Amino acid sequence: MASLLAPSESFSAFLELEKGKDLLRFTTAGSVDDGKSTLIGRLLYDSRSIYDDQLESATKASVGRNVGAIDFSLLTDGLRAEREQGITIDVAYRYFATPRRKFIIADTPGHEQYTRNMVTGASTAELAIVLVDARKGVLPQSRRHSYIAGLLGIERVVIAVNKMDLVGYNENVFRAIENDFRAILARFPEIEPYFVPVSALAGDNIVSRSSHMPWFTGPSLLEHLETVPVGGRVQTSAFRFPVQRVVRPSHEFRGYAGTIASGSVRPGDPVTILPSGRETTIESIVTFDGNQEYASAGQSVTLTLSQEIDLSRGDFIVSSHHLPLKSHGVKSMLVWLNEKPAEIGKRYRIKHASRQDWAILREIDYRLNINTLEQDDVHTLEMNAIGQITLETARLLCFDRYTENRITGSFILIDPATNATVAAGMITGAAETGTLAPLAGISWQVKDGALVLTSEQGFSTKPGASGEPLAMEDPEALEALRHMLSRLRVAPFAGTTDADFEI
Amino acid sequence: MTARIHLQQLEAESIHIMREVVAECQRPVLLYSIGKDSSVLLRLAQKAFFPGPVPFPLLHIDTGYKFKEMIEFRDRYTGELGLNLIVHTNRAALNEGANPFNWGTQRCCGALKTTALLDGLRQGGFDAAIGGARRDEERSRAKERVFSFRDQRGQWDPRNQRPELWNIFNTRIHPGESLRVFPLSNWTELDVWQYIHAENIPIVPLYFAKPRLMLVRGDSLLPIEQPFVPRLPGEVPKLVTCRMRSLGCSPCTGAIRSDADTVPRIIEELVTMRLSERQNRVIDHDQDGSMEIKKQEGYF
Repeated sequence: MASLLAPSESFSAFLELEKGKDLLRFTTAGSVDDGKSTLIGRLLYDSRSIYDDQLESATKASVGRNVGAIDFSLLTDGLRAEREQGITIDVAYRYFATPRRKFIIADTPGHEQYTRNMVTGASTAELAIVLVDARKGVLPQSRRHSYIAGLLGIERVVIAVNKMDLVGYNENVFRAIENDFRAILARFPEIEPYFVPVSALAGDNIVSRSSHMPWFTGPSLLEHLETVPVGGRVQTSAFRFPVQRVVRPSHEFRGYAGTIASGSVRPGDPVTILPSGRETTIESIVTFDGNQEYASAGQSVTLTLSQEIDLSRGDFIVSSHHLPLKSHGVKSMLVWLNEKPAEIGKRYRIKHASRQDWAILREIDYRLNINTLEQDDVHTLEMNAIGQITLETARLLCFDRYTENRITGSFILIDPATNATVAAGMITGAAETGTLAPLAGISWQVKDGALVLTSEQGFSTKPGASGEPLAMEDPEALEALRHMLSRLRVAPFAGTTDADFEI
Repeated sequence: MTARIHLQQLEAESIHIMREVVAECQRPVLLYSIGKDSSVLLRLAQKAFFPGPVPFPLLHIDTGYKFKEMIEFRDRYTGELGLNLIVHTNRAALNEGANPFNWGTQRCCGALKTTALLDGLRQGGFDAAIGGARRDEERSRAKERVFSFRDQRGQWDPRNQRPELWNIFNTRIHPGESLRVFPLSNWTELDVWQYIHAENIPIVPLYFAKPRLMLVRGDSLLPIEQPFVPRLPGEVPKLVTCRMRSLGCSPCTGAIRSDADTVPRIIEELVTMRLSERQNRVIDHDQDGSMEIKKQEGYF
């Protein structure tokens, strides 16, 4: 095991090596008794990420539970209720490193009642390990775990066939499970699978290749994790920059702070500001460590633009060559996370990239039976349900499809009464925007420096002025109107209150 | 997506988190504990808001039993950076004689840390407290969210946490409720030290080995800064080359034997170390699941 650590005689070389390491985030899914906690405990233990005192407390607590030697699951089950009941309730994050790579594990429970935890763990992962019990073979949950990986945009899935020691390390058992699983994965062409026979308890094919299974010649689980490429294959490389904050420390400086969601940027690049649609160029990329000539996805920077443009938190700065989609209505896959079910017609807060807004849940198109992948016709989504929905937002939403961009294509819904995070959404496309009806009768014009609003009923903000209604077919003009209406606190929906305009 | 090396990735994510707090919360504060993680937080805050100033004050919960070198470092370093430092102490409990030997560690921590923290946050009207806790430190922390919700009494309910997906953070709270925010959630102890090395970040000298007077009891080295630390019959402090691996109150933080007197030597020691970072922290081990219980009550 010492080989997993750096030799101390070349310590400066170790520091150099450390600096160059990359980071792989993966998630693990498995049902009760699949041995998931044991697998993770084994990875941590064999990579020497468990310290002696932690090991001792796990061994101490094992006394009284019917497990021999070290109970690896006690190293990972963090909450007292979990240790008492021997189950995993919530998502836990684990960290370990090898000389090749650093790893963050999102350890999630696999049972159907914890679908929401699995989705949470998968949302930040680039790879998923799905555990299958060699004695039980492929179960309905295998389809569920594969679906969730695909839904959350994880392209690399390791199917670890565990407990091989209990089936006599029999190759036929492994091959049969592999064949069954490949049949399931035929429905998920975006997933690139890797099958590996293991025993987490005995340590076979976890770190090093097992002498019990000479018929298996592929890399061990850890070797695979160390060498698999990091990063998605089908994600967009178009520049996307959600503005987090406007930075104005003095009159001389106006910048926009944020994290690059995708693509890269250089000074001089032509960019478009959304939703306003104004075009300009990047002037500079500012950081504490000096101005940069280049920045790319994942970097947190501050951009300055060559023109002063009215821009606020929540707006996007994007590549002018490749614009995202814009709409008030979106179709989305939605995972319901809360005990209180989804309500059609209810208004929720939506948080999408760095913007908060109001959204109405217009329709539930279907609920997915996550074990059979059949579509059910329903009127609500209960906790842990996954379905396709149509959502309408108060302001124009700029987005990419989730399959192309995990950051600009995802959102959460928040219940405005409880502030609970109730749903996670993955946008599949724009929806018909026939739902703009509430505004269709209102028009505006600037007259003598004043904004004049006119409705079909002849209402005007300026007493005495006769409003001349304008045609509002142009979506850009309509967005400008919405923007101004919101500043004037004119309600976009019936029953809107002042609080609805909070940003 | 370009593969970025891990420290740059962790740094960028922490900066993103800090900016999100400032953009969405009314009155954030950074809980400054003077340790190495706090030093990293300060550097990240400088980076997050550059070229502007750090837009929130620092709050230090001073139990009165911190090492003298910690307080000196705190005043010098925050002064150099021009930061607004608020110090809050539970004077009433100290006047009643609170110390870990008279009151026991649980009651002492409850008064000087948890109560003091909740009072300090309430007095400042802070709705979001940024802290340097990491998920790799202790097993109940492994489950805590980056934006961790606290009810009106400042308490944590581990079984009823808000799901946290992607890098989208739900910062919404009702009046009286608050958030604890942990930008270093995904950092490990080794990451922190590598970052301190790479960025040349100042830290309290107690982290570096030098000969110090200690009470030596088996493998334990007890600092003698406070006069109330009881001595065994005939026990005299000895000069031992040692350092602190994590910093807390002097009566409850043991030193480790070490000759690591530079950051690279500390990193080298760390990768060969067999005991966890908080192993020398008495308060983590006073009952089963003790950190989980303390956190539920409002401890950081």
